[in-house]
Amino acid sequence: MVARVHVPASVKRGAVFEVRINIQHPMETGFRYDNSGRPIPKNVINSLVARYNGVEIFRAELGSGIAANPYVQFYAIAEASGEIEFSWVDDAGQRGSERASVAVAG
Amino acid sequence: MKAPLRRRFISVLAAMTAMAALPWVRAARAQSDPFAALVLQVTGGAPVRAGRVTVDTPRLADNGHSVLLKVSVECAMTAADYVRSITLLSGRNPRPIMATFHLGPKAGRAEVTTRVRLNGTQRVLAIARLADGTYWSGDAEVEVTESACLDAT
Amino acid sequence: MTEGSLARGFFRLARGVILTGCKSRLCVLALPLLIAWPAAAAEPQPPVPLKSGIEFVSADIRAMQADDFANPGMLWVTRGEMLWREPAGRDGKSCAGCHGDAKTSMQGVAARYPLIDAGGARLIDVEGRIEQCRERRQQAAPFKRESPELLALSAYVAQQSRGMPVNVVIDWQNRHNFEAGRALYYRRMGQMNVSCAQCHQENWGRKLGPETLSQGHGVAYPAYRLEWQSMGSLHRRFRSCLSGVRAEMPPQGAAEFLDLELYMAWRANGLPIETPGVRR
Repeated sequence: MVARVHVPASVKRGAVFEVRINIQHPMETGFRYDNSGRPIPKNVINSLVARYNGVEIFRAELGSGIAANPYVQFYAIAEASGEIEFSWVDDAGQRGSERASVAVAG
Repeated sequence: MKAPLRRRFISVLAAMTAMAALPWVRAARAQSDPFAALVLQVTGGAPVRAGRVTVDTPRLADNGHSVLLKVSVECAMTAADYVRSITLLSGRNPRPIMATFHLGPKAGRAEVTTRVRLNGTQRVLAIARLADGTYWSGDAEVEVTESACLDAT
Repeated sequence: MTEGSLARGFFRLARGVILTGCKSRLCVLALPLLIAWPAAAAEPQPPVPLKSGIEFVSADIRAMQADDFANPGMLWVTRGEMLWREPAGRDGKSCAGCHGDAKTSMQGVAARYPLIDAGGARLIDVEGRIEQCRERRQQAAPFKRESPELLALSAYVAQQSRGMPVNVVIDWQNRHNFEAGRALYYRRMGQMNVSCAQCHQENWGRKLGPETLSQGHGVAYPAYRLEWQSMGSLHRRFRSCLSGVRAEMPPQGAAEFLDLELYMAWRANGLPIETPGVRR
């Protein structure tokens, strides 16, 4: 699963910074039909977790009400340099992960 | 001295009538607020106060498949006073609970942005649960129109 | 000015000349114009001013396209970058193996397409060129039109020309394709009996339901369309329009689509490429 994580290049210690993630996933609702008239089974990313140097800072339970190729933006407080690591799982059990480095100055 | 039989009979009858009317009263209130049952599900019956929560959406959505939505809560976000979770509810989608975001004191700011699917013009409600156990809500109305041309590709 | 008003002006002047008996000085001056006018009116010109579809969408969509991180199309471009470096086919050759860094080798390429394939006499678009490379040079199985891989690669290639003006040349080699494309653009089609020109040449800027009609350029494609909840090719967009007027939809890669793409590229000459675009 292609995913892109964005954090600012560098942040001052104690500052609040923006974390953004965009994951390529159809977030199939289960309400659509294919060209043969067969229902396409529901398959959405149902759980998304963000950890900052191993500590959970954000968790989301998502549903079919979230648009395809889910985009989530939230905030974190800069503590130590390290990594923001995302992991997620969809209804079919497919797991994905992506990370971005955070450089904390001061 | 026990009340006369007549008086006891009337008071029991009144109580029974009042008890029977309760579901109708609750149902009537629910009909006037489409979110009532959902909110009950989310908060487990705890009272929800309108305020402190802002839901930012375009007034007119380009397309119901993807609508930018920002929810923010007025909260200091300290170790003692922070937002535990934010739940997004749809007034019209087949699955009305769109998402639940779990924050915490390390979140820095009680603000989450995402893109949602909206199944037609509707009201969207966000319920925030604070660390002190209180619930606050905010909402927004979004107009969603159909595309001008049918796309069968 | 539209074709209709040009034609009306011509007939008004012709009627005036015939009625006055061509004796006045004005009539003498007008006569060469009368002879030349029909020829000039015959070749429709691109709209003035030339505007990309991005000018007809909401501020939200403009913001989504402008921000590379908010732009979902960039997910396909990211995949395209991976595929560019991925070994493929019999000898494990990657695109990078021959073309090196796409940022330099692919710069300006999409701006010149579609063009006449040097090997044959047929028109080829970026997707067709990628498929041709895969089959003939990488000896790899083709990706197929509208597959996630071909969308990713063609978006990645086109993105290397982002900001560069469309620059197709109509010459003796592709003149017949250009004219076929133009004929298709002006042909009424489908149950609704509507031509591309009726919406995008004559009525751009006006409303169709809740939407504002654009000039119908393809500079943003492959683009992420909210309606598709995915990235899609220009030919898929043609199919969407044909579906909209209830006309038969040729498949992606059809010869008529290539001709139409050439005509539209000529019509958009000078407009900067925006791939990956975001549209409704």
